[in-house]
Amino acid sequence: MAKILAVDDSVSMRGMVAFTLRGAGHEVAEAENGQLALDVARGSSFDLVLADVNMPVMDGIAMVRELRAMDAYKGVPILMLTTESHTEKKMEGKAAGATGWLVKPFDPEQLLATVKRVLG
Amino acid sequence: MYEDPMYEDKRAAAPPLQQLTFSLADEEYGVDILVVREIRSWSRVTRIPQTPDYVLGVLNLRGAIVPIMDLRLRFGLQRESYGDDTVVIIVAIAERLFGIVVDAVSDVVDIDPAAIKPVPDMGAVVDTRYLKGLATHVERMVMLLDVEKLMRPEDVETLDAALPAVQDVEVAA
Amino acid sequence: MSAVDLTQFHKTFFEESREGLDAMEAALLALDSGSTDHELVHTIFRAAHSIKGGAATFGFADVAAFTHVAESLLEEVRSERRAVDSGLIEVLLRSVDCMRAMLERSSQGRPVADAESEALRVELVQLVSGEIAAPAVAAASLVAPVSGWNIAFTALPHLLQTGNDPLRLFRELQQLGRLEVVRAFVTDSAPAQLAELDPSQCHLGWELRLHGAVARGDVDAVFDWLDGDCELTITPMVDAAAADAVPQTSDVPVPPAASASRPIRETATASSEGSSIRVGIDKVDALINMMGELVITQSMLSDIGEKFELSQLGRLRDGLVQLERATRELQESVMRIRMLPIASVFNRFPRLVHDLERKLDKRVRLELHGEHTELDKTVLEKIGDPLVHLVRNAIDHGLESPAQRKAAGKPETGTLKLNAYHEGGNIVVQISDDGAGLNHAAIVAKAQQRGLVAAGQELSDAEVAELIFQPGFSTAAQATDLSGRGVGMDVVRRNVRDLGGSVGVRSASGKGSTFTITLPLTLAIIDGLVTAVGSERYIVPLTSIVESLRLRADAVRKIAGGGEVFHFRDEYLPIMRLHRAFACSDAVTDIERGIVVVIEEDGRRVGLLVDDLLGQQQAVVKSLEAHYRRVQGISGATILSDGSVALIVDVGGVVRLGQHRKAA
Repeated sequence: MAKILAVDDSVSMRGMVAFTLRGAGHEVAEAENGQLALDVARGSSFDLVLADVNMPVMDGIAMVRELRAMDAYKGVPILMLTTESHTEKKMEGKAAGATGWLVKPFDPEQLLATVKRVLG
Repeated sequence: MYEDPMYEDKRAAAPPLQQLTFSLADEEYGVDILVVREIRSWSRVTRIPQTPDYVLGVLNLRGAIVPIMDLRLRFGLQRESYGDDTVVIIVAIAERLFGIVVDAVSDVVDIDPAAIKPVPDMGAVVDTRYLKGLATHVERMVMLLDVEKLMRPEDVETLDAALPAVQDVEVAA
Repeated sequence: MSAVDLTQFHKTFFEESREGLDAMEAALLALDSGSTDHELVHTIFRAAHSIKGGAATFGFADVAAFTHVAESLLEEVRSERRAVDSGLIEVLLRSVDCMRAMLERSSQGRPVADAESEALRVELVQLVSGEIAAPAVAAASLVAPVSGWNIAFTALPHLLQTGNDPLRLFRELQQLGRLEVVRAFVTDSAPAQLAELDPSQCHLGWELRLHGAVARGDVDAVFDWLDGDCELTITPMVDAAAADAVPQTSDVPVPPAASASRPIRETATASSEGSSIRVGIDKVDALINMMGELVITQSMLSDIGEKFELSQLGRLRDGLVQLERATRELQESVMRIRMLPIASVFNRFPRLVHDLERKLDKRVRLELHGEHTELDKTVLEKIGDPLVHLVRNAIDHGLESPAQRKAAGKPETGTLKLNAYHEGGNIVVQISDDGAGLNHAAIVAKAQQRGLVAAGQELSDAEVAELIFQPGFSTAAQATDLSGRGVGMDVVRRNVRDLGGSVGVRSASGKGSTFTITLPLTLAIIDGLVTAVGSERYIVPLTSIVESLRLRADAVRKIAGGGEVFHFRDEYLPIMRLHRAFACSDAVTDIERGIVVVIEEDGRRVGLLVDDLLGQQQAVVKSLEAHYRRVQGISGATILSDGSVALIVDVGGVVRLGQHRKAA
């Protein structure tokens, strides 16, 4: 169905997201930090990017900024996976160019519904 | 009141216990088939120091170091020579293996649990601590061995102190 | 509808959480020792953040709740609203301990939260400033019925660049009710000339009507992400009061943190749930190479065997040599898989030393060397406790207080050095301190008091060192709750012995002590010397053998009580007749016709009398206890090449037996 890039430094979270989305028929690539995600994104063309905010090497916010600077990803939906319910973090993400967010903890059903919503 | 005889039988019978019977000094014994792992012929045993005389030593059972007990000596009987005819029954209790040397192995028989009688206190050749009960099979008395009691080392050591009397018992013909 | 089963991710979550907690702890300790690296704070925050996220996602609510508070505290540190001080570090270290315990209980399916964790959580809550914004409360849905909503939605030019698509929004609205487009228009931001239009920009606006009894919250949710990307006005088609729930900020008092004394994490138990092992890919590759060689050799031998002629004998021999080499290499490779670096045990010590410093008011600098030294996994798991005890002992009894050290002209901070290295077939771990050394006089006095040593007896340094390994021996006036209560050096020695190793000590008064633990590299295979005693075979571990020699009858002296000794290098050694110890009936009894094998353990030596030496053999050690029980003087059994069983001599046990005879 769609090609999705999942970025999170937690192996278990990444695993859960990838497993859930693949089960729904999507193709999922994984990266454990923002820098790696950029490398992977450059080499492919994704329909959606899901990214955690707090990651080593390059965090989610910086990654979004870089992605938006790439022509291929100017309009691609990017969702931040965040545990923070603090408004500033969400706004920071938005300011960097993120499409929206998904607040952790979310269950697989919520993830699938949101992905469906964004991909249309 | 009509009672179906078939029905009555079924109601009374518990599943039979399968025992491997073997002979030792002209007596018949039985061990629960479920604990029997293997029946082997005699093979060389490595003696272990500081063990009672009825523990002959250990042998290599496909990589496992298994202790072998001579049941005759355990029961205070005379040792026989070990040869090609000697049989070793390997039993397993809770993952622990050990072997017992007997004279010969007979059949696997079904024993009705309801027909097992308790062991009388006196007149026995054998230390009755190791017997679970007495059963009859085809007119012969089979002494049912409590293998677990035989094998526990702690029992082995404490019983050692209690055993000397057994050595003196004359073997009844 | 089948729910996605997330339990498959639990194990990974627990593993990475454990690692995260270890990283947190290491960073906290580094901060405590004065580091100002801001990256450390980020590491700590990220670890807590990840654990909270995972715990919440996978349903471990208690862990998530606890970690949430810790994370809030860490957020304050990260955004520099709170300074890092030793009190804060203490609280955070306690939190790490608590989280570890909670995760452990979670993984075992046991109740997670207990009185302790709750108390700590409350403590953390009280610490966190009262300015924490309450989590955003979703606006209450309207109760009063509306017939619909008027939505004025004007896109800002950059809207499309956020990946949001107006079409998608409309589709979502359509799922809520009937959507009517009243008006669509081009906004003022549009360029005058069509040719200048940038397709990545959106210059459109709409007036919409959404018909239906739709809740305001649901409409808001559709535009949830578009804050700042559009101009949005939503008005009900029917007037109704919307009562927004006002989030209650709880009144959180901020008292000073109570300094509860933290129990010292004493046991350095590795978390061994079941047995899995991480193997470096290089080891696996080596294994694969070995297998390849083995396959080649085997097929070569099989070829020879197929049509064998005597002329092939040379090739056969070569093949067998190759086979032996390949098998040995394969065996070494496999054994190496079970080998792990001692770092995982050493890594517990910075924390332990830190705790002990505070508890005992001492200053200690910990130096770790040889962390990469590898040893067998089973040995690794069991070496932790003895090492912990020795470290505790060194800091408690070995190192003096800063004041005492100053008075003695030493630097106030004592040094504790741990060093691990391979030597021969063994791994050696040394624990050295630059403390006061063993107190010769006090130990001798205590020994005399216990009747172990006669009054007025002169003891050498080595003999004094041996005394501390006697059961219940402690010269501390009152046993501190660390080193007292019977967990003494004798237990350390016993534990090390059970691993097939030995422990010894060297000490210089006023300068320090060095404890040395020597362990066999692997438990499973030893190099042994096969000896004959009568018709029986006994294996003596090669690493314990000093020398083998033939004695002349006049070289043997008899001592009181029936013992025999002989002169070897510059001491007299007792002779242990194996035929007597093991009651072998057909053995050589005349010393001149036998061979004496000098074995050594803990610096003490004994000569074993055997009939003959039959050669060297690598023995796979099998335990007697698996199916029988422990036998004194025997450490295990092995299977010889002819399939028969040979017993392995317990060198330590035999030496002790011999020493007793000598002393008697």
